[in-house]
Amino acid sequence: MSVVRRAVVVLAAPVLALVVAGLIVSGLLLATGDDVAGFWRVMTTVPSERSIVAIMNQSTILYVSGVAAAIGFRMNLFNIGVEGQYRLGGFAAGAFAGQAWLPGYLNTVVAILVAMLVGALWAGIAGVLRAYRGVSEVISTIMLNAIAGSLIGYLIKRWGESTGNATNTKAMPEGSRIGTVAVFPDSPVELYGLGLLAVVVGVGFWVLLNRTRFGFDLRATGASESAAVASGVDTRRMIVVTMLVSGGVAGLIGLPVMFSQSYNYGSSFQTGLGFTGIAVALLGRNHPVGIAFGALVFAYLSQQANLLNIQAGISPDIIEATQGIIVLAVVIAYVVVRRYRVRQEQAQVARQLDDAPPGAAPASAATPAGGAR
Amino acid sequence: MRRMSKIAAVTMVGALALTGCGSNSGGGGGGGSSSSGGSASEDVCKSKTDGDGPKIGLAYDVGGRGDQSFNDSAYAGLEKAVEDLDATCVEANAQTDDNDTTRAERLRTLAEGGVNPVIAVGYLYSPAAAKVAPEYPDVDFAVIDGYASTIATDATNLADLTFAENEGSYLVGVAAALESKSGKIGFVGGVDGELIQKFEAGYVAGAKSVKPDIDIAIQYLTQDQADAATGYENPSGGKAAAEAMYQDGADVVYHAAGKSGLGVFQAAAAAGDGNWAIGVDSDQYLTAPKDQQPRILTSMLKRIDTAVLEAGKAVQDDSWKSGFVTYDLKSDGVGYSTSGGFVDDLKTQIDEAADQIKSGEVTVPAKPEN
Repeated sequence: MSVVRRAVVVLAAPVLALVVAGLIVSGLLLATGDDVAGFWRVMTTVPSERSIVAIMNQSTILYVSGVAAAIGFRMNLFNIGVEGQYRLGGFAAGAFAGQAWLPGYLNTVVAILVAMLVGALWAGIAGVLRAYRGVSEVISTIMLNAIAGSLIGYLIKRWGESTGNATNTKAMPEGSRIGTVAVFPDSPVELYGLGLLAVVVGVGFWVLLNRTRFGFDLRATGASESAAVASGVDTRRMIVVTMLVSGGVAGLIGLPVMFSQSYNYGSSFQTGLGFTGIAVALLGRNHPVGIAFGALVFAYLSQQANLLNIQAGISPDIIEATQGIIVLAVVIAYVVVRRYRVRQEQAQVARQLDDAPPGAAPASAATPAGGAR
Repeated sequence: MRRMSKIAAVTMVGALALTGCGSNSGGGGGGGSSSSGGSASEDVCKSKTDGDGPKIGLAYDVGGRGDQSFNDSAYAGLEKAVEDLDATCVEANAQTDDNDTTRAERLRTLAEGGVNPVIAVGYLYSPAAAKVAPEYPDVDFAVIDGYASTIATDATNLADLTFAENEGSYLVGVAAALESKSGKIGFVGGVDGELIQKFEAGYVAGAKSVKPDIDIAIQYLTQDQADAATGYENPSGGKAAAEAMYQDGADVVYHAAGKSGLGVFQAAAAAGDGNWAIGVDSDQYLTAPKDQQPRILTSMLKRIDTAVLEAGKAVQDDSWKSGFVTYDLKSDGVGYSTSGGFVDDLKTQIDEAADQIKSGEVTVPAKPEN
């Protein structure tokens, strides 16, 4: 296929999915008697400078969360525990930074490492259970999520402090905080300094997948476990290491907000990002660039939820529904587009065979990879 | 890869559906059949679009309007303001994955929509309000249960409207102890933190003032400070907690758990005659379905409605007060309800306790003993 044609096929699925999702949501709004015109007016308005920065902020967080989930997905490991891992990691980093045992930015750097370490260890529990006891990582990570929440609750109640009605860890010293970057001079919302972590994570993920032996083993195991074992991949080790890496990245999710805005772990810590990250990874097909696209779409939607709510009187639940519909539509659209592509390839091969001199190629060679009929 | 996507999609949708169920079962448990339900057509903010009074912006807490408790008490304030002050209003809902930036954004969007005052329901808005208030000096901001003015100490347009929940809870604690035949009562709290502990402390003190050796079962739905959804939007969790208490011999259960409390009423109705539940924030007898009404002894009233109305009035009269404003028993900011008439025979004793608090003879603790 030509490059143009290939690009069209690659882009077809997400575009198709968004169009279908848009239609379904419009139908949903009609059915609930909401303001459909208002919905599209708000959704298509160019966001204000402030909103653009807010969308960028949310995107960076979701991107890290998406990558954390995608690392596991690439190896058929369904790490649902990103939620618990990032919360526990965030809590550990907040508690550590608040103690101010180290001066200035050294404190920050070590706190970031603490977050990664704690996230990795928490995910590692599920990895070890899966590798050596055959416990499904789906079940164990869900349970670990619940345990993480209670554990944090207990620790913070025991050693935390209260500000008004909120409970939180001690605020970190000023010298360890990370400033914000002003994108627009007049916008009161500025970019989280640690948003840069998203770029580091993205590049790191790409390099890991495509330029390291570990990445090759990861993709090989994901594609076919038996083939990987036959070619000498230690799958047990791979499971544990993959969970550790996934959890380590997950530990970073809560840090941009914590170091640039709240300065502690407490009642206002943002939850739910781990689950959203799963959807974002799915939307981005576990690809470093695709996940960025998915994060942007989700961040845009949740940013518009406020405006929809206030300007068009539409419940933010609709946005949650929209996100779910987009994920479903994307999965279905990819199946449809893939089938179309396979049929195209088959037709092409058949054409070439017809053109070839009689008796040249055996028909069996014509079956394209992954040939679904 | 492909199989993975399918599993992932199914799980995602499952997770979304589960969250959906979590928040919907509350509505199904009572909202649907109640008079104050959440349908758009009865919404005063939508039905009335012009008036000479202030335009009030209200940002709800998790649970949202229709919880028949905390948030609905704020909505009742809007209804009063529309009626008494010829006010108009704009509402905004919280999302469970909010952070301080998204909360601040909600308040800014309201402020830019031309409302004054902006009232944020729930202490989680405090950091956001403290950040936004100085950006809009011409708009007044108030946070229910908040501590925003301790962060933005210079802001003259920022108020924290707080309540003496412990005093109101003391009164329903007295009622619970007087009504209990088994000598065992219960308390179901939402998130185990400073705020709900005030309810617990008052309730326990009130009950013990009547029967010093009374047995009080205490259960919180979550220890996790950041998990408001499990605490306040979780009727099935509330139901499970209360069921266990009734089975264990408790015959009065008080809840301070927002929408999760709807489950406590369901459990009370299932437990049947001789078992009672006590509502919180709003007069929950009025919104409960018919089968639960006979089981709702009383409700601890937290007059968020009064606070909202007075904030609207303060903007209208240009008499805004910044800093902490406390609504206590003396100022009728908290109290108890008598709908249903189940506490009529206890009224003298409850009112006596109220007088003792008002006169300062009794000081109600704000923190549990242990």
